[in-house]
Amino acid sequence: MGRYIVKRLGIALITIWLVATLTFFLMNLVPGGPFLSEKAVSPKALAALEEKYGLDKPLSQQYVTYLKGAVAGDFGDSLKQRGRTVTSIITSKFPVSARLGGLAVLLACCIGIPLGSISALNRGKVLDNVIIVLATCGIAVPSFVICTLLMYFFGMRLGWLPTLGLGSWKHYVMPICALAFYPTAYITRLMRSSMLDVLGQDYMRTARAKGLNQFIRLFKHALRNAILPVVTYLGPLLAYTVTGSFIVEKIFNIPGLGREFISSITNRDYTVIMGTTIFLATLMVLMNVVVDIVYKIIDPRIKLK
Amino acid sequence: MKENPNPLSFQARLNPDDFLPASGEEKQGLVVMRESVGFWKDGMRRFRKNKVAMVSFIVVIIIMIFAFVVPAFYPYTYEQQIKGSNNLAPFAYSADEQARIDAGEHVFPHVMGTDKMGRDYAIRVMMGSRISLIVGLVAAVIILVIGSIFGSVAAFFGGWVDIIMMRVVDIIYTIPDVLLIVLISFALKNPLEKLGQTPGFGWVQILGANLISIFIVFALLYWGGMARMVRSQILTLKESEYVTAARALGASSGRIIRKHLLTNCIGTLIVTTTLQIPSSIFTESFLSFLGLGVAVPMPSLGSLASDAINGLNTYPHLLFIPALLISLIILSFNLLGDGLRDAFDPKMKD
Repeated sequence: MGRYIVKRLGIALITIWLVATLTFFLMNLVPGGPFLSEKAVSPKALAALEEKYGLDKPLSQQYVTYLKGAVAGDFGDSLKQRGRTVTSIITSKFPVSARLGGLAVLLACCIGIPLGSISALNRGKVLDNVIIVLATCGIAVPSFVICTLLMYFFGMRLGWLPTLGLGSWKHYVMPICALAFYPTAYITRLMRSSMLDVLGQDYMRTARAKGLNQFIRLFKHALRNAILPVVTYLGPLLAYTVTGSFIVEKIFNIPGLGREFISSITNRDYTVIMGTTIFLATLMVLMNVVVDIVYKIIDPRIKLK
Repeated sequence: MKENPNPLSFQARLNPDDFLPASGEEKQGLVVMRESVGFWKDGMRRFRKNKVAMVSFIVVIIIMIFAFVVPAFYPYTYEQQIKGSNNLAPFAYSADEQARIDAGEHVFPHVMGTDKMGRDYAIRVMMGSRISLIVGLVAAVIILVIGSIFGSVAAFFGGWVDIIMMRVVDIIYTIPDVLLIVLISFALKNPLEKLGQTPGFGWVQILGANLISIFIVFALLYWGGMARMVRSQILTLKESEYVTAARALGASSGRIIRKHLLTNCIGTLIVTTTLQIPSSIFTESFLSFLGLGVAVPMPSLGSLASDAINGLNTYPHLLFIPALLISLIILSFNLLGDGLRDAFDPKMKD
């Protein structure tokens, strides 16, 4: 187990390094630069700015300097937001997105897993069909449609919920619902199909034949086995959702990491792009490792290689 | 049968007629085999039985007619700005048009109203769905070609080739796709616009640089899922006897992949491609929403929806129509894909 984790972390590190390298060169190959969009920058001032941030040096040298800093934990200063380090930007924006995303994933699990199981247990009945139709529709609706519909009905027409910003708990309701919509539908479908698979297994019949009550059969035998695909899906889902959705943050005007990332890309804030990309990639890769380990805990049959 | 005259005889009472050679009809009656049903026929039979899939197939056809045929007969065009008819409600007429109607002239109604620049919204929605469908279909074909070649090569050669190629897929998965999309579309903008001015490449301008960079982005980023799917199929298929036989007969690797392996996972290919269409439409609408989609005045469903957000409170129908249509398109392609999967690839589930 220990060796396995070390090996996986080694591979993860290589992946992160490759992602960082690729992003670094791709970003610099694209025409334009961080200081070009600003109005009336004299060539002299531009040169001074570039010198200050080391952008005048050859690309390979910049790359080496950046990597050295990154390994030591220093991701540099933002090129656009004067006086802020990349680390401080990420640590101030990430908690906002993480809170929303975490709650949304939790909500998706709390609704999706029971709905999927109920649907599978009532296979072919009206309830099952209703749940399938809802889940299939849920997968088909893009997030910006959900956001705007929620905003229109609950924010504008009914006036129950505030539409912009993050002040009170009420502000959290709509963004969380919007974020949780797609994962809920997806988890419901996933749960239903894996539950149907498990219910058809021999050990379920055996459990019934030896007289176990329904409760134990359902929770100890069926659910524990059927939840495995959901766990696989949860890893990347959590990594994605926690880092913030640009659409949701833009529509509801939430100062989160997703919006910060997009604006850093359009502004060519190189250091913020690099820092955020490395952060996202790390989270993503770590989540996959965590999922594999959790898998092992839930299902002792799986052997880690 | 003739009665034997001697009741004590043990001779078999046989009728010589029973021993005549069978006629053609009789032979036919004894054949127990059904007419052989091929892969396509069998699949189509199962597909036709699936009501949900048939309905979604019909919906897709209707939307296609709506997007590709109807605009040719429609009295307005998507970029035509009608003076004085800004922000009309559905089936409303501007004062100018009302005067013409009163004068006995026939004015085609604005079925879905007009937008803030006085353009008929119905035709814009049709053109928008045309763009979205084109993006979905073209992207699916690009992904099919790249993904199936990549996946089959990785699986067929195995070993180091496989490990390295699949690592590449993992890395593409790990880089945030928004980053690549934005960077690539920035990077391609100038070269594509220049290309559009050189003779022979006029089509680049008609399509718009953004639309082409969307295709390139799809081609670069989203074939990973397809590649994985094809790889897992071919890993099992390549152990079959017919592959060994083909190799013993001296077939080249390329021929084995083309003629034997890819043709045998045709079911998976069809299904994955169909399910790729809605996800490409999804991504395109997201990009248009970010302002990276098709160039104005060309509409796409995503850009129509994002334009309508600012006026949401006053003109909600401008948002609802494209939003509902895009959901309907994605939904029907999803259901169609599920139906095709059940029909052509019954082993494959989720």
